[in-house]
Amino acid sequence: MALAGSATAGGRRRARLRSTAMAIARFLVVVALTYLGLLAVTFFIGRVIPVDPVLAIVGDRAPSHVVERVREELGLNLPLYQQFVIYVGKALTGDFGISVLTSNPVMTDIRRVFPATLELATLGTLIGAFLGVPLGVLAAVRRGSFLDQVVRVIGLVGYSVPIFWLGLMALLVFYARLGWVEGPGRIDVVYEYTVTPVTGILLLDTAMQGEWEAFRNVFGHLILPASLLGYFSMAYISRMTRSFMLTELGQEYVVAARAKGLSERTIIWRHALRNALVPLVTVIALSYANLLEGSVLTETVFSWPGLGLYITDSLQNADMNAVLGGTIVVGSVFIGLNLLSDLLYRVLDPRTRAR
Amino acid sequence: MSALLDVENLRVSFPTRSGVVEAVRGVSFTLGRERLGIVGESGSGKSQTGRAILGLTPPHATVTADRLVFDGTDLLAASEKERRTLRGKRIAMVLQDPKFSLNPVMRIGEQIMETLAAHGRGSGAEARRRTLAMLEAVQIRDPERVFNLYPHEVSGGMGQRAMIAMMLVAEPDMLIADEPTSALDVTVQLQVLSILDKLVAERGMGLIFVSHDLRLVSSFCDRVLVMYAGRVVEEIAADRLHQSQHPYTQGLLNCLPKLGQSRHPLPVLDRKPEWAA
Repeated sequence: MALAGSATAGGRRRARLRSTAMAIARFLVVVALTYLGLLAVTFFIGRVIPVDPVLAIVGDRAPSHVVERVREELGLNLPLYQQFVIYVGKALTGDFGISVLTSNPVMTDIRRVFPATLELATLGTLIGAFLGVPLGVLAAVRRGSFLDQVVRVIGLVGYSVPIFWLGLMALLVFYARLGWVEGPGRIDVVYEYTVTPVTGILLLDTAMQGEWEAFRNVFGHLILPASLLGYFSMAYISRMTRSFMLTELGQEYVVAARAKGLSERTIIWRHALRNALVPLVTVIALSYANLLEGSVLTETVFSWPGLGLYITDSLQNADMNAVLGGTIVVGSVFIGLNLLSDLLYRVLDPRTRAR
Repeated sequence: MSALLDVENLRVSFPTRSGVVEAVRGVSFTLGRERLGIVGESGSGKSQTGRAILGLTPPHATVTADRLVFDGTDLLAASEKERRTLRGKRIAMVLQDPKFSLNPVMRIGEQIMETLAAHGRGSGAEARRRTLAMLEAVQIRDPERVFNLYPHEVSGGMGQRAMIAMMLVAEPDMLIADEPTSALDVTVQLQVLSILDKLVAERGMGLIFVSHDLRLVSSFCDRVLVMYAGRVVEEIAADRLHQSQHPYTQGLLNCLPKLGQSRHPLPVLDRKPEWAA
């Protein structure tokens, strides 16, 4: 009897493993197709916009044989489908061509600017989620109270005040007047060459190399823009948390949990929040993806050498390789975060696990 | 027989935009270790009566009573903490639909063990053993397997049995069953009812059985309260239901379909405002 029991348990485990493997395989196919679609769109955009990459390189006074030669070098004389195949092949190896503006391979540039955005966006999202979720929960639990009103006003300000204005004001107050934080940029020039870039994420690099003075300096630069982005994502996350929690607190299982004699704390944080977390994962992932795109305005105000600033600069200089490369990075971030939130869905909600 | 629960002039009212709505308007009854049925149509206040006894009325509502005493404890004077200790441990409630009343993201066993943990009745191996025994008591044949299932993985009847197990595992003295079989298939209804009946009888519990199904209540309970518009219009022993005096009860009885008898036109329930007065 016990033997039979363990055998079926083993069978169930194997079946579950198989279904998980199937789900992952299915997901990888979807990711591959989405990625192909993304490449097709960027390729198409690159061909239809009225920017001639050849002209951008040689200038409008070049003799016609030079123009022809460059066109051949870029492979632009080939039929469109061949160009696309070459484009996809290169994109898969991370080759997005040379940036006209910096004359570096686009990938090298992105490796330089993306960690700056990643560092800022990650800290911003962490601040937003760790403050936004509890605030939203408390606002839902004490609906109509003073705290609820405060959260509402925070959300309203977060939605309606332009970030560049708030950024400038924050710099004025906390940097210029109070001197609590460091100014624009990622790191002071003094420290710039004491750290060897390994990951490009300066907090990690300085910490790994034991440069604690530089670490403090980096943190001082980072904390103001990150708090600002964190504030805006907190505004969004807390509003969504509040509404998800109100839905969950009205469910029958909450009445049942009360009837069992559970404490309010257990009911709110263990029962209701665990259910509200399922849709919240998507909200947080989307707001993270939004920040990872590179928040151009914040990066401009804080002279943050990130992805948003890079793409905008490239756009203004008709640097198509860089723009398309940046676009693909942003698209990949979205695909990646979708993958992650789908996986988290399966962890958090047993109903979405494939049977 | 000493009364387990003594209710006198219970009132529950909700403030709304168009004034105060009284859902329960002066309900009185006593309950020993017996089975009391509360019958009425939707909105008659039967569910709110049950919830008020447990202290699960929404916070914006007002509950008043001349007497609301459970086994010597004045429920209205008790602190929120004292009432919480009573819930689950001494008074429990089975809700209508297991699809909504079980937490979808927690395993069934975990949810049952939680009742024990909330009242400090053992944790770990002991709680697990008692949970499995309770699952067996509600006639779940493979308790080990069901213990690890999520609510969406079991049928309605199985879910409701898990619900009963969750509410009875801490061995309460009184159970409020709020339409416990209304969401189930007819074939499963009787099965679940007989399990409930057996457990209530074995443990000598008091039961308040809230339902809109008059026949079900009369076959299952000792005594029946008929509610209309927040008031008790008639209290009668279940086996004497056919001798009921009140026209509303008679109307309810008259609405039941009868085999081998065509009824044209179908009888319509009278609702006279003076019954609500």
